[in-house]
Amino acid sequence: LVARLPEPACRLPREKPPPRPRPPTRWEQFARLKGIRRRKKTSLVWDEQAKEWRRRWGYRRAGGDPARAWLAEVPEGADPEEDQFARLRREKRERVARNELNRLRNLARAHRAGTAVPAAPLHPTGHQSREELGHVARVARVSTASLGRFQPRLPKEPAEPPSRSGGRKRRFEPLLGNLAAERSRQLQLLRDMGSKKPVLDITRAVNKQLRQEEAEAAANKGKKQSQRGKRGRRQQRPGRSGKKSG
Amino acid sequence: LIYCYRKPKTKRAKRFLEKREPKLKENTKNAMLIKGGNANLTVTEVLKDIYAVKKPFAVLYKKKNITRPFEDQTSLEFFSKKSDCSLFLFGSHNKKRPNNLIIGRMFDYHVLDMIELGVEKFVSLKDVKNSKCPEGTKPMLIFAGDMFEVNEEYRRLKSLLIDFFRGPTVPSIRLAGLEYVLHFTAVDGKIYMRSYKVLLKKSGCKIPRIELEEMGPSLDLVMRRTHLASDDLYKLSLKQPKALKPKKKKNISHDVFGTTYGRIHMQKQDLGKLQTRKMKGLKKRPAEKSAEDGGVSPKKSKSA
Repeated sequence: LVARLPEPACRLPREKPPPRPRPPTRWEQFARLKGIRRRKKTSLVWDEQAKEWRRRWGYRRAGGDPARAWLAEVPEGADPEEDQFARLRREKRERVARNELNRLRNLARAHRAGTAVPAAPLHPTGHQSREELGHVARVARVSTASLGRFQPRLPKEPAEPPSRSGGRKRRFEPLLGNLAAERSRQLQLLRDMGSKKPVLDITRAVNKQLRQEEAEAAANKGKKQSQRGKRGRRQQRPGRSGKKSG
Repeated sequence: LIYCYRKPKTKRAKRFLEKREPKLKENTKNAMLIKGGNANLTVTEVLKDIYAVKKPFAVLYKKKNITRPFEDQTSLEFFSKKSDCSLFLFGSHNKKRPNNLIIGRMFDYHVLDMIELGVEKFVSLKDVKNSKCPEGTKPMLIFAGDMFEVNEEYRRLKSLLIDFFRGPTVPSIRLAGLEYVLHFTAVDGKIYMRSYKVLLKKSGCKIPRIELEEMGPSLDLVMRRTHLASDDLYKLSLKQPKALKPKKKKNISHDVFGTTYGRIHMQKQDLGKLQTRKMKGLKKRPAEKSAEDGGVSPKKSKSA
C-alpha cells in the first residue's frame, strides 16, 4: 500500500550551487555549424580474419593486438632507411599529446568564459593567447609620437600602417574644397529629405535580401534534419494506433 | 567532470567524481558527527545516537578534533570537502558551555548556518527499553510551538532540523514503512526533541489505530549562540535551476474547489448530421416515411 507524497512545501537550501552550462568546445561549435551529428557506434565489429564478432577496442580487439603487429609497410614516398615502428610510435605519442592539449585548451576556454577575465594587460604575462598578443602588438605600434608611421616592421607584416583617417567611416571632406560639389550634395540631401517616397539604397537592400535567404536556408536545413530524425524514429517503433478526433 | 584538469584514469574514480559534482537533482545530504577536543560522555553518547538515527547518511568521526567552529571554520570545511558532507554536528564540553552541540549546514563546502545548542537532559537509545525501528527509516517530523514560526532564529533552526533529519526525498512512500516520528517542541525558550515509534493497531475500519510508543533518543535543548547566513547568501543557496520546475500542462486548469477543468479544441461540426445512439422506438415507420417523401421511394425496388 503506497501513498503519493505531495510536492515539498518548504524550500530547503541546496548542497552545492546548480551546475553551470558549459560553453561548447571548438569541435562542438564546428559540428553545429556544419550540421554534423553524432553517430552511435556499435560495440562489436566483424573481424574477417578471426571470422567472429570482436570488440572495437580493448582486450581481443578486431584488428588484432597492436603491440604484436610484426609488419609495418613502408609508405610510398617515405625514406627507406626510416624505422617505421618508431615512426608509428612517435605519431601515436604526438596524437595523444595534441588531444591532451586540445582538451586543456577547451577547459581553459570554458573556465575563462565562466569567470569574466579583466581587460588584457599591455605588458607580456606568460599566459596570453594569440589574439590577445596581436591586439597588444597593434596598440603598442600605434602608441608612438608619430602614431606608428616609422616603426620597424617584421618581414611578413603589412607595409602601410593603419590609416590615419581611421578607415572608411571616419573620412571627412576638407573644409574649403570643391564648393560646387558641396552645393550639389547639400541640394540632393534636401531633395531626399523633402520627398515623400523613401530613398532606396540598392546595395544595402540586396545584401539584406541575400542574408535573409542564407538564414532561411540554414534554418530549413536544420529543420529538415530534425524532421528526418523524428520520422525515422517513429517508423522504427511498432505502429501505435493514434486515435484521430473527428 | 568537464572541469577536471586531471582526467580520472579508472571508471571507479570517474564514478566517484561524478557523484560529488554539482547536479540538477542532488544527492541526499550526508552528516558528519565530530567530537571536539574536550567532549564528555554525554555529548559522545548524543553523537552516537544521532549517528544511529541517521545511518547510512552520516559519518561518525572517532578521534577528537581540537577546533572551535565559531572562531575558525576552515577545519570543518576541509572535512566537508574530503567526506562530501554538507551537514555537521559538533559536540564539545567546557565550563562556560557544558554539553555543547553545534548543528550546521554547508553550501558549496562553506559554512552556511550554525546554531549552538546546549543539552540539558538526554535519554539515550539504550536507556529506553523498547523495540526500535530498523536503520534507515525515513522519519516523520513534527514541529510544535509557535516560536518556530515567529522567531527568525527558530525558523532557521526548524529548517536546519528538517534538512538534517529528512533523509532521502521520495515521490511516494509505503504506508507500512512510516514507523518513526521525531517530535520537536519549542516552549519557554527550550526545545524538546522526542522520538516515537508508530504502532499500527487493528481497528474496526480499514484505517488502523495509531499508537505512539516512546523510543529512541530524547533531548532537552536550549539555544545558545547562532551564526546564520546573510540574507543574500541564503537566497543564493535556495535558488533552484529552472529545469527542475514542474512543467505546466496546457489546457488543464484547476478551480478553487479542487475541480480539474480541461479544454478540448474541436473542428466545426454540423449538428444535423451527428451520429447519435439508435433508439429503435424512435425509428420512423415506413408509413410515416412515405407520407413525408410524397410518394417517391428512395430505395430501388427489388426486381423479382
